[in-house]
Amino acid sequence: MDAVILARLQFAFTVGFHFLFPPLTIGMAWVIVGTMWKWKRTGEDFWLRISRFWIKLFAITFATGVATGITMEFQFGTNWAEYSRFVGDIFGAPLAAEAIFAFFLESSFLGVLLFGFGRFSRTTLFVAALLVAIGATLSAFWIIVANSWMQTPAGFELVGGRAELTDFWAAVFNPSTMPRYTHTIAASLTTGALFVMGVSALLLRRGKSVEEAKASLRIALILAFAANLAQLGTGHWHGMQVAETQPTKLAATEGLFDTQRGAPFVVFAIPNAEEERLDAAVEVPGLLSWLSFADFDAEVKGLREVPPEERPPLGEVFFSFRAMLALWGWFMLLTSVGLFLLWRRRLFEQRWWLRLAVWTIPLPFVANEVGWMVAELGRQPWAVQDVLLTRDAISVNVPAWQILASLLLFGLVYALLFVAWFYLLRKHVRKGPEPAAVASGAAGEGAAAVPGRSAADSDAEGPAAVAGDDGKGG
Amino acid sequence: MIELQIVWFLLIGVVLTVYVVLDGFDLGVGIWHLFARRDDERRTLLTSVGPVWDGNEVWLLTGGGALFAAFPPVYAAVFSGLYLPMMVVLFALIARAVSFEFRGKEDARGWRAGWDLAFALGSMIPALLLGVVAGNLLRGLPLDLRGDYAGGFLELLHPFALVVGGLGFALFAQQGAVWVWMKTEGELTDQARGWAFLSWGAAALLFVAATIWVLAGLPHVRENFLALPVLWGLPVAALVLLVLTGWAVLADHPGRGFLFSSLTIVSLMATFGASVFPSFVRASNDPRLSLTAYNSSSSDLTLEVMLVIAGVGVPLVAGYTIWVYRKFRGKVRVGHY
Ligand code: HDD
Ligand code: HEM
Ligand code: HEM
Repeated sequence: MDAVILARLQFAFTVGFHFLFPPLTIGMAWVIVGTMWKWKRTGEDFWLRISRFWIKLFAITFATGVATGITMEFQFGTNWAEYSRFVGDIFGAPLAAEAIFAFFLESSFLGVLLFGFGRFSRTTLFVAALLVAIGATLSAFWIIVANSWMQTPAGFELVGGRAELTDFWAAVFNPSTMPRYTHTIAASLTTGALFVMGVSALLLRRGKSVEEAKASLRIALILAFAANLAQLGTGHWHGMQVAETQPTKLAATEGLFDTQRGAPFVVFAIPNAEEERLDAAVEVPGLLSWLSFADFDAEVKGLREVPPEERPPLGEVFFSFRAMLALWGWFMLLTSVGLFLLWRRRLFEQRWWLRLAVWTIPLPFVANEVGWMVAELGRQPWAVQDVLLTRDAISVNVPAWQILASLLLFGLVYALLFVAWFYLLRKHVRKGPEPAAVASGAAGEGAAAVPGRSAADSDAEGPAAVAGDDGKGG
Repeated sequence: MIELQIVWFLLIGVVLTVYVVLDGFDLGVGIWHLFARRDDERRTLLTSVGPVWDGNEVWLLTGGGALFAAFPPVYAAVFSGLYLPMMVVLFALIARAVSFEFRGKEDARGWRAGWDLAFALGSMIPALLLGVVAGNLLRGLPLDLRGDYAGGFLELLHPFALVVGGLGFALFAQQGAVWVWMKTEGELTDQARGWAFLSWGAAALLFVAATIWVLAGLPHVRENFLALPVLWGLPVAALVLLVLTGWAVLADHPGRGFLFSSLTIVSLMATFGASVFPSFVRASNDPRLSLTAYNSSSSDLTLEVMLVIAGVGVPLVAGYTIWVYRKFRGKVRVGHY
């Protein structure tokens, strides 16, 4: 197989895998800040138990995120050497800034948080949780800057075959940085909140740690609703930016072939790239023009503006975008109904709603992945929009078989990682929050040696646990 | 005024030195992990580095990021040229990163044994290969006109590179052993002192071997020292500090042992930097093709911006890193953290 295809496959696979974890940790980090704040204020064991539970799930995910993130940092040099030479003058600085301003913060204070219970004061632990959350949110910033610069490059000039920085702030705040950053953070909050919501619903359905689950669900539901609502605003902003700066990508996401005024928004269709038309289209006239430029009559550029070899893969981009919108709609519906039921004080008894919340756990991950497919596939064939082609960006001196070998190894190792991650999450979710005696004691590696832990494992809420274990109690 | 390129050559050297000193002890702990036989001992080893290892590893990511930003062609050439060894290091780091968190989260024996192995191998492989890379950079690599590595994989396993790799491995092992010796109590402590002695002996032997090889067979490594004789102070300091480390182990002073072991590493890194300067990658086929701080740097503007980022960021990081280490000072007891 061709080295370009292999390098792209490897990058798409490894970054897509990495991006399963950071949105979850970024979102959960803020839920944990909330529960830790309650604990700091009240000193109640109840909030400590809740916090420790989510911190444990957080830590398992964080480790996986770190492990897969290291791959990404290596990969620019190993697989995209021409790219690195071409844009290093601009692209490297955000990566270095990310390590200095964000990764150190996250990793140092996560150490304090994981190993500090029973050792440091409540305030210290709360501050550590807060700094972890800030670190996670910041690390998304710098990497998004790097990516956004590839989408809408700014603040540079081409000198002797490479891009040279001319204006640092223009490069950092290039046209797509802020829409993309706010949208990704909102997505992360949605992901984390829907996860906490779903896991709490699962505990409730099983009658396990009921009070802890109710408290967590309440926080998560409100956060999920708010973040998902924000998603509409940031997503719309993002869309307008794409219309403005990457018209070919917009045309592909909308399946628009001809440049036209009063362009319709396609609710559903089967795009046919060969014959350059849409089959079975359901359209709303004028809506796309309005969404893109706040004017029903505005002109929107079509795919025919560029030759076929400069067009992104149509179907993938088109359907990914619609999948993201549909998922947004589903999250909105679920959380609105949930809030209504919460207000009527009937939420915790609605087993069907709880079940839907459980089933929704994987969906924000899907939304994140398809969102990136829109962004990245929509930019093809460019690695840096209108500046550097993807096929010119790879390492020329790495033979295809070596990439294939590492790709296969990634497939294997990541499959194992995924299974281990999933297995551990499932196990600790089923166990639920630990009883008080354990929660206030030791953590991490050391915990296993605390006397009484094994007794505690068999659980204060024994009967409920047994009843819930068949999992299909209603 | 000193050129920005030189400043960044030095700064990347400093970041990587901090990395080797700090991650040195947690990689080193991993090297000895399987030598501790009981489960509670292994837990103690992991707990002794648990709160800080990820922060330590970020120094490597910072060094890599800074190299990418300040000297992109070097980053591109080293990472793509050494594709297979880099992938091996990468998979080792992945296995290691998750084993910290995953090992203790399930009680089954096979589970723990598996992650113990992942942790040990994940620590040994980088400890060895980082030294092998350093050895190859000292010797020089064949480069083509684009600055890409033009040799094969097996050439990287030249005996000299293996000697330097062995030296690096022994120093990591020593750093880890001394750390465990300093941070634990009881049986494990005595064991760790034995490990420290063993790795110290190996490091001393390999240090002598590498020195003789350089003096007898690699004249280009001496050039900078002949031009600026005070630089001889660096390898001499390394030798003295290595002897002092051995003394501390014999005299049973763990704190000093750790200090001297760390300083040995610092002076050896400085010696390395002084030998290769100003090249990052010396072209063994034709010195004019070498990738140096002068011909491979980013634009001055990027270097200045990076200097501001480092000037703001590094003191902050240093500040809270020291705070975290102080918070966790003292002996490790399992069940205490
Ligand atoms: C929970 C996840 C989630 C949800 C519910 C949504 N998005 Fe999204 N979207 C993402 C998660 C995401 C993402 C994964 O974070 C992406 C990938 C790249 C990016 O900037 O954010 C993204 C990309 C992305 C792009 C592509 C931008 C580009 O080309 O770079 C657009 C135009 C939108 N989104 C618009 C929307 C709209 C209008 C939504 C709701 C009505 C919406 N998204 C819901
Ligand atoms: C190609 C792109 C990417 C690279 C090079 C990269 C690099 C890395 C690295 C090296 C780590 C490990 C840090 C450590 O040791 O502590 C990491 C973890 C992390 N990354 Fe990525 N990353 C990429 C994409 C992303 C994106 C798109 C986001 C968020 C929007 C993100 C957010 C995070 C976060 C929050 C962590 C901390 C661990 C976690 O929470 O899972 N990364 N990344
Ligand atoms: C984390 C979420 C992300 C996902 C799921 C994602 C997805 C993808 C996919 C599917 C491709 C392959 C496109 C193709 O080859 O057809 C790709 C390419 C690429 N992306 Fe992203 N991406 C993400 C974030 C990032 C970030 C944050 C950066 C930059 C820092 C980045 C830089 C690149 C580069 C350099 C390529 C290779 C060149 C190219 O094919 O365009 N990606 N990504």
